[in-house]
Amino acid sequence: MSEILDNKLPLLSTTQMASFVARGFLRFDAVVPDEINRQFLEEAGQPPDAEAGGNYLAAYMRTLAQSRIPEVPAGVPLASAYAPGSALARILDLPLVRGAIESLLGDDPIFDHHFLHVTFPPAYHREGENVSQHTHQDSTIDPRQAFDVQVMYYPHDVTREMGGTRFIPGTHLRKVSEVALGRYQNIKGQQHMVCPAGTLLFLHHGVWHGGGVNQAERTRTMFKIRMQASGSQVRRWDIGPPEGKPAQRPIFFRKSLPEPDTVAAILTTPEPWFEQDTGRLEYVNRVKLWRYLSGEPDFDADYWMTRLEQGA
Amino acid sequence: MALRQKVMVLYLANSALDSPTIGWAVYDGTGERLRMAGDQDEPPYPTGLAALKDGWRLFQASQLLPHHRGEEFDLAYLKYEFFFEQLAETAQ
Repeated sequence: MSEILDNKLPLLSTTQMASFVARGFLRFDAVVPDEINRQFLEEAGQPPDAEAGGNYLAAYMRTLAQSRIPEVPAGVPLASAYAPGSALARILDLPLVRGAIESLLGDDPIFDHHFLHVTFPPAYHREGENVSQHTHQDSTIDPRQAFDVQVMYYPHDVTREMGGTRFIPGTHLRKVSEVALGRYQNIKGQQHMVCPAGTLLFLHHGVWHGGGVNQAERTRTMFKIRMQASGSQVRRWDIGPPEGKPAQRPIFFRKSLPEPDTVAAILTTPEPWFEQDTGRLEYVNRVKLWRYLSGEPDFDADYWMTRLEQGA
Repeated sequence: MALRQKVMVLYLANSALDSPTIGWAVYDGTGERLRMAGDQDEPPYPTGLAALKDGWRLFQASQLLPHHRGEEFDLAYLKYEFFFEQLAETAQ
């Protein structure tokens, strides 16, 4: 990770960063080579066969105990979390991964925690026990503007039948208390991680999510690493040539469709679940997060903040 | 025969019952079907009014609350929550 300032790293683009600010995720399909996926699954260990009567918790505990993935204390440098040559160290050393982490968190990120998520098929469960995980936001109420990143790694193909991680784009700026929102079974626009082996999902820590129920024949494995910035997150991506402050564009009364890939357009694109009034507050909060990341305290999109700041 | 409650919660796009559904949950007290998170990607009814027309009885709606000074832009839980019920006979 000490090489992360290498200018050749494929840093995220402004468009990707704006999308992360607006939607809280970036997905990269099949970017971890198969050879590393196989190494990871071998190091993670094979879950034991299902027992008669079903006891998935016992199977889970045996899987964790036998895994060669290390226990790692919270707060250590991410660069020292994994032994060189291990599958996880190799994944973190992939240029795409290093570039994305540098873009989102800056230099020398800190390891928070990791976890081996194994979702067991019906054979491991007693009747009525095999259910999906309630939708939740990780950790606890988090009022920071700064954000942590959770990297979700899918080492094998995930089909819809296997459940997959369910997440709701654009929920990351809501300040909620973990699974207090468990009542929401389904939300319009929810996505399920159906993906090829080697897929990585980078999540803002606040994105609402949950594990889907596994109705397939085999176990499903996902590995999560949470990491946080040790310093500034400002302007760490591939900014590109200076363009100056973008002009405000006409709002509401427009005679043609706006350019879709501008930062303003990305930050003011609604999600299917947006309430009609609070959707506008989501835009305000996205603008605030873009100001934080860009270091531009007067940045605005479609006048949402400027209007409120006039004469304030 | 015994009566059991089916509960449906709809989250709408604003406080009007005829506004679009953006989130939903169903809890079936008859035990006929186990509903769970992520089990349905399209809403059971396009609006709350459509649920009323299909025989669901509304028994609770969220209040409209003022916004506390200094917290006007803070967002947390979904605002427009409507609880419906149906009573169904079971063999129990």
